[in-house]
Amino acid sequence: MEFAELIKTPRADNAVLHGPRCPAVRGTLCLTGHHLIFSSRRKEGGEELWLLHANIDCVEKRFVGSLGTIVIKCKDLRIIQLDIPGMEECLNIASSIEALSTLDSITLMYPFFYRPMFEVVEDGWRSYLPEQEFELLSSVTDEWRLSCANKDFSVCPTYPPVVIIPKCIDDEALRKVAVFRYGGRFPVLSYYHKKNGMVMMRSSQPLTGTNGRRCKEDEKLINATLRPGKRGYIIDTRSLNVAQQARAKGGGFEQEVYYPQWRRIHKCIERFNILQESLIKLVEACNDQSHNMDRWLSKLEASNWLTHIKEILTAACLAAQCIDREGASVLVHGSDGTDSTLQVTSLAQIILDPRCRTIRGFEALVVREWLQAGHPFQLRCAQSAYSNTKQKWEAPVFLLFLDCVWQILRQFPCSFEFNEQFLIMLFEHAYASQFGTFLGNNENERSKLKLTQKTMSLWSWVNRSEELARFKNPLFEANSLVIWPSVAPQSLQLWEGVFLRWNRPSKFLDEAQEEVLNIINYNRELQAKVNALRRQLAELETDDRMQENLTLPVMNGVSSQAGNGLTQTSLKQLPSRSWQWEGEERRKK
Amino acid sequence: MEHITTPKVENVKLLDRYANRKTANGTLYLTATHLIYVDASSEVRKETWILHHHIASVEKLPLTTAGCPLLIHCKNFHVAHFVIGQERDCHEVYTSLLKLSQPVKPEELYAFSYNPKMSKDNREIGWKLIDLKVDYQRMGIPNDYWEITDVNKDYEVCNTYPPEIVVPRAANKATVIGSSRFRSRGRIPVLSYLYKENNAAICRCSQPLSGFSARCLEDEQMLQAIREANPGCAFMYVVDTRPKLNAMANRAAGKGYENEDNYDNIRFKFIGIENIHVMRNSLQKLLEVCETKSPSMSDFLTGLENSGWLRHIKAVMDAGVFLAKAVKDENASVLVHCSDGWDRTAQVCSLASLLLDPFYRTFKGFMVLIEKEWIAMGHKFSHRCGHLDGDPKEVSPVFTQFIECVWQLMQQFPCAFEFNERFLLEIHDHVYSCQFGNFLGTCHKEREDLKIFEKTHSLWPFLLQKKQELRNPLYKGFTAYKELQPNTLPFSFQFWCGMYNRFDKGMHPKQCVLDHLLSCMSQKMKLEDNASELENKLPFLDGPLPSEACSLSKVGSAASKTPLLNTPQDYEGEAPPVLTNGISVGNIDVMADVDQKNKENLSNHQDLPDLNATNVLDSEAKEGEPQCH
Repeated sequence: MEFAELIKTPRADNAVLHGPRCPAVRGTLCLTGHHLIFSSRRKEGGEELWLLHANIDCVEKRFVGSLGTIVIKCKDLRIIQLDIPGMEECLNIASSIEALSTLDSITLMYPFFYRPMFEVVEDGWRSYLPEQEFELLSSVTDEWRLSCANKDFSVCPTYPPVVIIPKCIDDEALRKVAVFRYGGRFPVLSYYHKKNGMVMMRSSQPLTGTNGRRCKEDEKLINATLRPGKRGYIIDTRSLNVAQQARAKGGGFEQEVYYPQWRRIHKCIERFNILQESLIKLVEACNDQSHNMDRWLSKLEASNWLTHIKEILTAACLAAQCIDREGASVLVHGSDGTDSTLQVTSLAQIILDPRCRTIRGFEALVVREWLQAGHPFQLRCAQSAYSNTKQKWEAPVFLLFLDCVWQILRQFPCSFEFNEQFLIMLFEHAYASQFGTFLGNNENERSKLKLTQKTMSLWSWVNRSEELARFKNPLFEANSLVIWPSVAPQSLQLWEGVFLRWNRPSKFLDEAQEEVLNIINYNRELQAKVNALRRQLAELETDDRMQENLTLPVMNGVSSQAGNGLTQTSLKQLPSRSWQWEGEERRKK
Repeated sequence: MEHITTPKVENVKLLDRYANRKTANGTLYLTATHLIYVDASSEVRKETWILHHHIASVEKLPLTTAGCPLLIHCKNFHVAHFVIGQERDCHEVYTSLLKLSQPVKPEELYAFSYNPKMSKDNREIGWKLIDLKVDYQRMGIPNDYWEITDVNKDYEVCNTYPPEIVVPRAANKATVIGSSRFRSRGRIPVLSYLYKENNAAICRCSQPLSGFSARCLEDEQMLQAIREANPGCAFMYVVDTRPKLNAMANRAAGKGYENEDNYDNIRFKFIGIENIHVMRNSLQKLLEVCETKSPSMSDFLTGLENSGWLRHIKAVMDAGVFLAKAVKDENASVLVHCSDGWDRTAQVCSLASLLLDPFYRTFKGFMVLIEKEWIAMGHKFSHRCGHLDGDPKEVSPVFTQFIECVWQLMQQFPCAFEFNERFLLEIHDHVYSCQFGNFLGTCHKEREDLKIFEKTHSLWPFLLQKKQELRNPLYKGFTAYKELQPNTLPFSFQFWCGMYNRFDKGMHPKQCVLDHLLSCMSQKMKLEDNASELENKLPFLDGPLPSEACSLSKVGSAASKTPLLNTPQDYEGEAPPVLTNGISVGNIDVMADVDQKNKENLSNHQDLPDLNATNVLDSEAKEGEPQCH
């Protein structure tokens, strides 16, 4: 096994762990192929830490005499410190962790080795198939079709094998459109608004270049979504300037002359390294322990994180507004159509479609608009906020999306079936996971890796009722309306659950959540009790009436009394005993 | 009424600050107490009420094609932008409002004309609802070290202190009088809060008249007496809440701060909270940021930073935390002052009490705290809130900052307070509304002279009446948390949108968790009534139903976790009969005595006095519900 070569010192005794917000613990450190394990030697309440190597963003080491210290910074933003006696051991462990956390080959990652300890009730790999989505769509409209033109990923390497396109476009035309769009990402259906039949499509930029190339099939494709005499909107997630500059590199944007029925709106959403730097700055600000308020606010401002949140939400609101308020169809794209485009299309759906605010609906959205749509998770989530190496492809695009969802959730706390923990869980698994769901950059890569056979899907685990209970929002009451979030700076907040998670105690906030749950559950059970009593009363009344009808008038009183007496004893015994017993148990605790 | 020349103006537009498309058209009325705007353009009748006393400023903006704009800023941060068709009308409304919003004589204040049709007896009972002596008793005072003295009964020691003050038993009259001569405005060191568990005390006073070298033996004896009243600790802190530079500058004027060499075993410390002028300007800047039309994120955060507002809030909180820690962790008594000891000192002492003692986090306790540290000890509400036409430089949001600190604590400890955000906003509204007598004038003597207690109503019974909507559904009860230890790293402080952009509803969460939970609470009451009613109909059934055995036991466990103190139906068994009879408020004292003996019981019966009082008032006070907008 090749991991053994990387682990020079598999175990260190007498190590000391300093975790965030907890006292230092002495114990034993073990390295395995995929985990860093720390267990304290305390017999009672022994603490164990299991950290996936994949979760490690960066390792720093320093020495004071022969005592070495390793600081491990994780992709989930946690920072832990390990004191390890012995210089050599410490060096060995540090270099092992470094090597194991930066494995080149995806097939060496933990999901390929992970064996679930739970029974798989539903295979998550088959939970959200495009065919099922299409079936839903065909029940409301017949203007669309499933195309298998991309079944061997030859038309567009980053699209899934089946996509939904207008019925009037044949696969031949589709291939022509693909040539005209960057990376072959021709316009496909992203969302169908049942209320008025308007749609949202997404694509990449058209390859107009400097000499204004056109593609009639492309024009035909997107015009097919317009109602007669109606205009549509193209939301370009780049500033006009950036879009114009793209022409020099062969890219570009839809020109008015060829797309007269479309109005183009530019909404600038930042990408790549700008976002990555923003995350790094934000996390640095959050970890700053200085007591200077001005410094904190100025760092928060300078990180621009909340500015990005505002920009993304604004663009998503615009797309939703075009569809719902203007009754127009929308095409969204930036340059590649794999990042800001997906942020906008997926958030617009959260705003418009109540289904996306349920747990299953949200999972379907993540699968459809992120995984199948070809957001390059492997590239974007390779490093998080502590990365030193400046690689070009990392960017917290998905984290920004989750943050935006959290902002909407905060403004509509009763409209989502899931809670904040659900979003945090997705953030963690996107960066490091025992499941195969977020591996690879697109369906093409995933199918080559044979993930469906060799790894477990995140959804197989999440959708079990035991797990779901943790992620349910007790306040949820299905809300069929479009929900318009406010994007005023006063309405947007730092997502404490992610960014301050390791920097402040959450005990009191957790207790509040628990209290909310208690209140709601108590009412539910009270309601059940009232209903049961009502039923009971109704039954007894009918019983009495029946008995009155059946028995002689003289016997009436006696028989009904006997009957009641019997019921009384049987009703009284079991439940009241178990009730008291439970009560005593509680008191003992 | 003589100020109102035009009581009614039609065709007035009300602009929405954030969405231009939503301009209302309607009629503006001026009454003796309110400006009322009735929106005729919307389908449902919509009224905007602005209390004249709430108006901070009225501006006439340059004429536009739509008419003459009138911009009104309110002390509760409501901003109303009217456009009046006729310039003449606009001018008349403008001049009327200027006069109405700045009364000259105290008798013109709303509280003297406010008539909720309540009987004289009930009005008096209302004033007796909060009795500070009871709170001192709760702390165990009088005891071996502390006594309640009436040495100030004729205001000879200090005319801005109440007649009864708490001082160390060891300090005799000569010491008190001598010390008062050495303290600015005679505000001698008196007890603010005694932490019963270790005898450490928080005391408050004004700055000493030390100049560069003056000393006062009695004042030194006074501090020694305070220190010795806490035998468990060899030293005491003396905390000057001003920035060091300000305190040093005061020495030139014959004032200043304590010299550590002259007082035995004191540890002197500066905590730099800025003065009222800095705070006033800071709020002004904050409000400008809040009012900016569609600011970018960067504009907002930079503006927030430049206003310095959260920096000041943090400074006050830090000081409160310092006091609480000194008392709890170091067993040390603390003497706090600023210049006059009625602004920063009030903030810091009340905050520390709130951190140390869960009683102050209940409805009743919070009222006691405000009555004690702010009203009785002479915070100049009248000047700080600009109740009357006066010096604008005396106005400062000192109390607002305290209220915000409490809100910040609520964010960190959502289950620790019996009341919710709306309770804070109600109090904040009424500090400015002058509808009730509590906050009129500047000190107890002045309130007596104004005959507040004979002529006006107290706010507290009215708030208790609204308890159901002002309560915190998440409150875990009196015993759930003892001392609070808030995080004071800068990221723990949030901008309070609910206060400073309170009237910009579009910015708030569109679904309110508080409303949702409050409706759950009232639903719970109905269901519980239903259940017992049904159970009564099944008289032979005194055990739970078999089918419900499992879920009922869960109900039991859930119930044991939900707060047991809040509502009458939370009492185990039947509601105590006293609730319907309504014992007199005099019983509060009795209850408080019991409280001291048995803390566990206290938590269960804590609400009794409140409920009695409200019930007594309830019967007749219904018509006179406070109007607040």
